[in-house]
Amino acid sequence: MTLMEPRKHGSASDSAVGSRLSRLDGRLKITGGATYALEQPVENVAHAVLVPATIGAGRVVSIDTSAAEASPGVRLVITPQTEMGLLVSGDWGGNRPEIVPYHPLSLDVTYNGQAIAAVIAETIEQAAEAARLVKVEYEEGAVVVDLFDPKANNRKSLDQMAVKWGDAEAAFAGAAVQVEAEYRTPREYHVPIEPHGLIAEWSGDQLTVWEPSQWTHGMARMYSEWFDLPLENVRVISPFIGGGFGSKGAPYFYGAVAIFAAKVLQRPVKLAVTRSQGFTAYGGRASTQQTLKLGASEDGKLQAIIVDGANETSTYADFTEQTEAATPLMYAVENFRSSHTLVKTNTVTPGALRAPGKNPSAFGIESAMDELAYKLGMDPLELRLKNYADHDYQSGKPWSSRRLREALETGAERFGWSRRSHAPRSMKEGRTLIGWGIGCGTFPNLRNSAEALIRILPNGRVEVESGSIDMGQGTYTIVAQTAADALGVPVDLVDVKLGDSLWAGAPVAGGSMLASSITGAVHKAAVAAREELIALALTEEGSPFRETGANTLSIENGRITTSIGDGPALDFATFLRQVRRESLEVRRDTLPEGTKPADANKFWTTMANVQGPTATDFSVHSWGAHFVEVKVDEDFGTVRVSRIVSAFDCGLIYNPKLAESQWRGGIIMGIGQALLEEGLIDPRNGRVINNNLGDYLVPTNADVPHIEVISVGEPDLEASVLGGKGVGEVGIVGVAPAIANAVFHATGKRIRDLPLTLDKIL
Amino acid sequence: MREFSYSLAASLEDAAHRAKAAGALLIAGGTTLLDLAKCGVTEPEAVVDISKLTGFGEIEVTDGGVKIGALARMSDVAEHAELQQYFPAVTQSLSLAASAQLRNMATIGGNLLQRTRCNYFRDPAAFPACNKRNPGSGCSALGGVTRNHAVLGVSEHCIATYHGDLAVALTAFDAVIELTGREIGIEDFFLLPGDTPDRETVLQPGEIITGIRIAATPAARKSLYLKVRDRQSYEFAAASAAVGLELEADGGTIRDIRVALGGVATKPWRARAVEQALIGKTLTEDTVREASRLAVEGAVAHGDNAYKIDLVPRVVARAILTVGGLA
Ligand SMILES: Cc1cc2nc3c(=O)[nH]c(=O)nc-3n(C[C@H](O)[C@H](O)[C@H](O)COP(=O)(O)OP(=O)(O)OC[C@H]3O[C@@H](n4cnc5c(N)ncnc54)[C@H](O)[C@@H]3O)c2cc1C
Ligand code: SF4
Repeated sequence: MTLMEPRKHGSASDSAVGSRLSRLDGRLKITGGATYALEQPVENVAHAVLVPATIGAGRVVSIDTSAAEASPGVRLVITPQTEMGLLVSGDWGGNRPEIVPYHPLSLDVTYNGQAIAAVIAETIEQAAEAARLVKVEYEEGAVVVDLFDPKANNRKSLDQMAVKWGDAEAAFAGAAVQVEAEYRTPREYHVPIEPHGLIAEWSGDQLTVWEPSQWTHGMARMYSEWFDLPLENVRVISPFIGGGFGSKGAPYFYGAVAIFAAKVLQRPVKLAVTRSQGFTAYGGRASTQQTLKLGASEDGKLQAIIVDGANETSTYADFTEQTEAATPLMYAVENFRSSHTLVKTNTVTPGALRAPGKNPSAFGIESAMDELAYKLGMDPLELRLKNYADHDYQSGKPWSSRRLREALETGAERFGWSRRSHAPRSMKEGRTLIGWGIGCGTFPNLRNSAEALIRILPNGRVEVESGSIDMGQGTYTIVAQTAADALGVPVDLVDVKLGDSLWAGAPVAGGSMLASSITGAVHKAAVAAREELIALALTEEGSPFRETGANTLSIENGRITTSIGDGPALDFATFLRQVRRESLEVRRDTLPEGTKPADANKFWTTMANVQGPTATDFSVHSWGAHFVEVKVDEDFGTVRVSRIVSAFDCGLIYNPKLAESQWRGGIIMGIGQALLEEGLIDPRNGRVINNNLGDYLVPTNADVPHIEVISVGEPDLEASVLGGKGVGEVGIVGVAPAIANAVFHATGKRIRDLPLTLDKIL
Repeated sequence: MREFSYSLAASLEDAAHRAKAAGALLIAGGTTLLDLAKCGVTEPEAVVDISKLTGFGEIEVTDGGVKIGALARMSDVAEHAELQQYFPAVTQSLSLAASAQLRNMATIGGNLLQRTRCNYFRDPAAFPACNKRNPGSGCSALGGVTRNHAVLGVSEHCIATYHGDLAVALTAFDAVIELTGREIGIEDFFLLPGDTPDRETVLQPGEIITGIRIAATPAARKSLYLKVRDRQSYEFAAASAAVGLELEADGGTIRDIRVALGGVATKPWRARAVEQALIGKTLTEDTVREASRLAVEGAVAHGDNAYKIDLVPRVVARAILTVGGLA
């Protein structure tokens, strides 16, 4: 059996992979049949509520819990003084210090909203009321509010991230045309519609956690390390997730608090993070600042790119939002230099939010390219094609595939770009200014190994089991499609079970790497199951095929058949009965050959073995180009996105319907980022003051125009087993600059700090 | 959220009686009340539900105008065909407000009494100073993030915006608020913050809004509610204007004009100076733009909200030009 012929998406009527199958979990979700983590019917559950700090920096001098403890229904109050006996866990890479105690709550206040205590009571109302009765006295310290706070002088230059080739300073100095500009992006938040939280239940030294998770195995590992348990004693269950966007890939301090409370109380504990706590219980996208310098010849050939970027991080941990991540990949340039600095502010440690690094990086380089186009008097599309990178200048490696030119050309054609008039303010409709802009994007193709378990059940159905998750991006569906094709059964014969850390290993649903990793493992397991069925059919007593003397059999449409004349055709249930088998179970993984069983867990529970985009002889990335039309009301400064055409190269598309939905979702988030989203921080105490969905604005349906998405990719077998590249994140990359460029074209105003609110355009 | 008792009012009198008790609050749609209770801003001891009372939810259109019961839902009023015809600014102000879900829950009486969205008002734990919540404690908004705060009608004690949309349209057309036992013109119903920002209306404990009346006028019929904001839906106004226009028989001279502003003032704001500058004038873009500048007479910026002073005249002008057929 060889690998399935990769097929062009949407073309093959007889294959499931590549077909526009609707999401298998869709009906359950829209009918309310999907049970989310906090809805699990767990009996005798107590409720935990967090007590957030109300100062931005300083120290807790006293906590008076007496009123809270005396409040009706209260069972436990946890404070930083509570001895919890936890150990620090390993980081994402699995690196773990020797026996260091872990304190989920601290007397040191490093950001406003940091949890100081937790109250556990019989009902959530009682816990919430008692939480308000916890009296905390503080000694206030000076608050570093944001990146631009004059007090923000705790800075750390990340030399290991610096990139350099050629002599960028000299080339820039000598360039005939120069652009130098500073770009900023604010704090942005995930605000998934399903808020965070968990239910923790102990049974002896076995721990079960129901929690929305982008990574059941990784979270189970970290919980097991915190509580010093064998990994197999911890079970993280997460069959459905109401949006994660990067925020549900790791456990947070409140998980430790709830699990500890459950242990003390010897009963299940539920902790629901409130919507406003969702702005500080974990971090959103760090605010960023970058200075870009582009040097070009008079005919528009780039000669130098210099980017010096920075992002805010917390005072207690480093998170890098790499504003230089996309910059070196986009264009052909012989001289390049970048640097990155972390700036400590009084914030919760920021986290990964859809396309971390690449997103703000693209805002910088794609805006600057537009500025360069206008300095040169050149069409922005022409400038991009003129500087098209035919290989990866950073690594020096060839691209595995880069159909960005096709994306630009196809997108331009569908959008009608050639009808654009170049001058700003030259396209109008009454009092409405019209602007057209371009922004390109990229996302690296990350790879990891995975396993999958396939069972052929007595009733003939095929069950695929994996601990990987589906947060709406379509894992259930593509796993079924992949198994169906490789086994030779219709998709509706396949049942997929996901989201349990005790099941087959899988990497994080992050970095756009899950789909390709998991389909690789499912494909392998399904092929093995098929081979095993055929072997049984040829050899086993009771098999009608044994008598046929056939040396080849096939499985088509769920039936085992022979190519000989009118030989038998048996469905799986009948076949299993005839060969007197209860069922059949096959487990396969895509671990590197020779991986010791003991090391396998490291692949699922850490990021240590993730292969980056240049791990092989090629540089492997997804690509996209956005074409945006905006309408700006000149009097009011309001921007409405009226049309978007985006073309992507993500290799083979496993399911176009799902991929398009991912791209559209990313683009819609990009609209929010460009026009609306911004954490407003009080300049005195560092509080995020718009910490609710009435004030932190994300796009509504009314803000979303018709979005046409086009796939220009071709299967890339350097990228993954079936030829797909990452889909989930590239959609947002480049949207904000495309919109900002369109606003410049409409108004003649170049706005370099997001979001583009009306007061900046007025 | 602290525990409170909940009871259904048996009648208007019953409700009025119970609402007089200290710590008692009426609940209609609950979309303001529950929100603020969760924020820890209101801490009712007793909640008296008036939403099931009959006789106060009707919309009655007569020759002279309309009477809207206080318990009518925002969505019912917004979708009322005759109102859409005779009072377009009023129905538009509602359909542009909040979200469909909120409009289906919220009542007209509750809508008038919605509280400010000042983030400092809404966060007592982190910002104890708020004169509206706690008279004499100070104002945390001063020196804070003020992008959505008021520029008109402010005092040194409070710069919170009144964010409701409906009351702005009602203010343009001199609506009358009917209370248990008395009635009052809408402009007198709302109070400026002055040095008592905690007092927002003239409503006394136990007084209930039973309905509102709006007289049918040519200006109300030729009217518009223009709401400007970054998000196209489900956002409070950065600035809004309710305007109504009546022209003389010559089709060009302004006989009557009404202008009220939202999103920029501490109470629904009637821009009489603009009206006076335009009555008797010929409707042209230049005259309108010039008169519209008067809308921000006396406006005071506090940091981030300075843009509103530029924005308001443009919103007013566009609204007038639009109803006048010139935009
Ligand atoms: C996220 C969000 C966005 C919103 N956006 C907008 C917007 O864009 N524009 C807009 O105009 N509004 C907006 N609103 C406010 C919304 O319109 C009000 O919450 C709603 O109209 C209040 O009506 P209710 O019936 O739910 O009031 P309730 O919450 O029941 O009552 C509000 C207050 O009025 C009192 N009360 C109620 N009825 C009476 C009565 N008959 N007599 C005396 N007192 C009474 C109550 O005691 C309470 O104090 C928004 C609200 C939210 C939460
Ligand atoms: S503006 Fe008014 S409501 Fe806001 S904090 Fe100041 S006093 Fe309170």
